[in-house]
Amino acid sequence: MMIELGRYAVPVLTAWGISAVLIVGLIVQTLAASARARRALEEVERRG
Amino acid sequence: MSIWEYANPVKFMRVSGAALPWIAAAAAICLPAGLVWGWMTPEDYKQGSTVKIMFLHVPAAMMAINIWVMMLAASLIWLIRRHHVSALAARAAAPIGAVMTLVALVTGAVWGQPMWGTWWEWDPRLTSFLILFLFYLGYMALWGAIENPDSAADLTGVLCLVGSVFALLSRYAVNFWNQGLHQGASLSIAPGERMSAVYKYPLYLCMLGFFLLFLTLLLVRTRTEIRRRRTAALLAREVRA
Repeated sequence: MMIELGRYAVPVLTAWGISAVLIVGLIVQTLAASARARRALEEVERRG
Repeated sequence: MSIWEYANPVKFMRVSGAALPWIAAAAAICLPAGLVWGWMTPEDYKQGSTVKIMFLHVPAAMMAINIWVMMLAASLIWLIRRHHVSALAARAAAPIGAVMTLVALVTGAVWGQPMWGTWWEWDPRLTSFLILFLFYLGYMALWGAIENPDSAADLTGVLCLVGSVFALLSRYAVNFWNQGLHQGASLSIAPGERMSAVYKYPLYLCMLGFFLLFLTLLLVRTRTEIRRRRTAALLAREVRA
């Protein structure tokens, strides 16, 4: 279903777009850092 | 069994590892459902379709303040009882809080332009929120700037105590000063309807979704910090050997 945003389409889409970028970016950064830390620990434990 | 047993990193990793998939699944259901429900709400008679911005702005602002309060509690536990997991949890929460504060500031500005006729006003709540954001940045910078982790935890704990003034101020600023542009609380336990049920229930679901997202990210990031600390300890042992 298409939502009609009327004359406020630009601010609504801007707010949702920026928020989506920030939140998805935070999730991606969190998961990437987690994977890096896990690999680094496994590597050191394998050596030791 | 004492709650302090969970401050043991091994126990924390075991319990959080078991809980994480369930919390993440709940966040993955609640947040999109709340946002889609909010997106589908009808136009407000005053705000038009900009009312849809509220479903991001209000939960993000709520989390921005409450994450700092959580960091304060964790910092106090570190300063008083010296539990490392609490210091690492405070550190892990800061980037999430900074992003939530930024989302609240940006969505507020984008909403304010058509509704108030300005992107920004040096209003008590807006200003205290900006200062809170700067405190988040300063907190993260301080953690990164100090090599000794215990000293970093001590100093960031003190910074967190100071920043709590602005976290509380950003919550209650509209009650202290009346001259601001920002309206009062959107939701309240006080009697009387402040918001139509059409908007209130999707907003509740969005707030729950944001909280669950925070909890998921907090657990993942705290686990990451524990792994980094363990890696650093093992590397230091290798160097000594």
